[in-house]
Amino acid sequence: MSTYTTLASFAQTAGLLYFVGMFLAIAVYAFWPRNKTRFDEAAQVPLREE
Amino acid sequence: MVAFAATAMLCLFIASGSVDPAYSFHVYLFAAASVAAIFALGNRYMARPAMIPQEINGKPNYNMAPVQFATVAAVFWGIAGFTVGLIIALQLAYPVLNFDLPWTNFGRLRPLHTSAVIFAFGGNVLLATSFYVVQKTCRARLAGEIAPWFVILGYNFFIVIAGTGYLLGITQGKEYAEPEWYADLFLTVVWVTYLLVFLATLWKRKEPHIFVANWFYLAFIVTIAVLHLGNNAAIPVSIYSPKSYIVWSGVQDAMFQWWYGHNAVGFFLTAGFLAIMYYFVPKRAERPIYSYRLSIVHFWALIFLYIWAGPHHLHYTALPDWAQTLGMTFSIMLWMPSWGGMINGLMTLSGAWDKLRTDPVLRMMVVSLAFYGMSTFEGPLMSIKAVNSLSHYTDWTIGHVHSGALGWVAYISFGAVYCLVPWLWNRKQLYSNRLVEWHFWVSTLGIVFYISAMWVAGIMQGLMWRAYTSLGFLEYSFIETVDAMHPYYVIRALGGALFVIGSLIMAYNLIMTVRQGEAAEPESAPALVPAQ
Repeated sequence: MSTYTTLASFAQTAGLLYFVGMFLAIAVYAFWPRNKTRFDEAAQVPLREE
Repeated sequence: MVAFAATAMLCLFIASGSVDPAYSFHVYLFAAASVAAIFALGNRYMARPAMIPQEINGKPNYNMAPVQFATVAAVFWGIAGFTVGLIIALQLAYPVLNFDLPWTNFGRLRPLHTSAVIFAFGGNVLLATSFYVVQKTCRARLAGEIAPWFVILGYNFFIVIAGTGYLLGITQGKEYAEPEWYADLFLTVVWVTYLLVFLATLWKRKEPHIFVANWFYLAFIVTIAVLHLGNNAAIPVSIYSPKSYIVWSGVQDAMFQWWYGHNAVGFFLTAGFLAIMYYFVPKRAERPIYSYRLSIVHFWALIFLYIWAGPHHLHYTALPDWAQTLGMTFSIMLWMPSWGGMINGLMTLSGAWDKLRTDPVLRMMVVSLAFYGMSTFEGPLMSIKAVNSLSHYTDWTIGHVHSGALGWVAYISFGAVYCLVPWLWNRKQLYSNRLVEWHFWVSTLGIVFYISAMWVAGIMQGLMWRAYTSLGFLEYSFIETVDAMHPYYVIRALGGALFVIGSLIMAYNLIMTVRQGEAAEPESAPALVPAQ
């Protein structure tokens, strides 16, 4: 197998796992129940300035 | 000051040795700008206030003068860029308008148009809004006093260098990255300063949470820096010459170019303007963001997916097939974050939908979101290989780009500018809401003319190119396809003219707001004298 094929297949499989992992981590962070109040408060930031 | 003096000396030295008159002209411009910067710094040093307070009476002492400058520059460059667009649209319909002069031919005016609208108009809108939003949502004064001015003035100076370069024939021939090596190096310095000012302002924030709009701005600034460095890795022929050669070759160079090119769309024209959406839509509608959680998923999904979509510009080329498929797949996955973001923006209006009837500025921003949804639906569709084989190299692409650029980017920018001008110049409201209505309807009609003409023209063009006779010959010669486009080019130019008229209405309205508008509150309330 050429270096190109090895590298390409590594990039293809590792990339898939990496992105699925990242996505799950972000979704867990965003929907973690304890973070809810923090995010609800952050949504108000533009409205309560000065 | 020393740095500017050294730059001025270096420029004079290079100018003395250069043989290319256009390049000499640019080097003299750099020298003049450096001398002007030395004088400006000297003046500021003489007139320096004792100490600029970070807060006055417990309120942050926001630094809005650079924001004002960038807002004015955005409106000016916007009108200039739209007008050049109209000229080249007319040139396509009536080639005699090229005037047979090198400086006015389509090939030189086209990059002038694209750079003026994307980088000069869009760029100044992003600079203005990012400096405004980061201060307001961090409740902190912009970091540095001279650095923000260097960013704003330096960026606009880069625009002048780029634009005059195109007219004089200086280009490295990379789409959306035409400026040559010396302009690129200067922009790198400006951009790194921009990043540092932004980060330093975030660093001293009073608000514990970094608001989502700032995340989008940060992604835009960082990614543009990386893209710019990657795609402009060029070696100049000589310090006395504007010409340089890129270090990448063949298909790698093509891939770098479209990795850059597509992410100019993804991070400059999307992430940056989504930041505008996440601040200005809630602010104007006086409603919190519909779902802050969705905005987090939106942000990370968008930035992780967009960066891989570039290969869809290279379907059916020497690029490996799996890389083409990868670009197509990531483009299709982009449907999710794009529509998630659009829904988040639109639903922010829930409970405030009635404002659409009374507030034309909010209506403009909502229509921009509708166009965003439409063009981000169309884009992935066009990235599918089978569709791309029909749409690629035709005017369908031009129609797609303009539904995004006029409908989404320009409309959300107009909305932001209509909000910013009364806030920055301390006016109660705009001079006339009726004129905003006129702007809205005239330019919406213009966009509809533009994109529908280009859809019909593009699909017709694609079908004519692939039509065979029963004997297996191509049915149409190339010039016949060009001839068939003429009526659509005329309609497109009409749409462009309406869009220019709309922007002139906006400029008049904004000027009158500043000159005649009623002050929102006393300019600077006299400080109360404590009773003795």
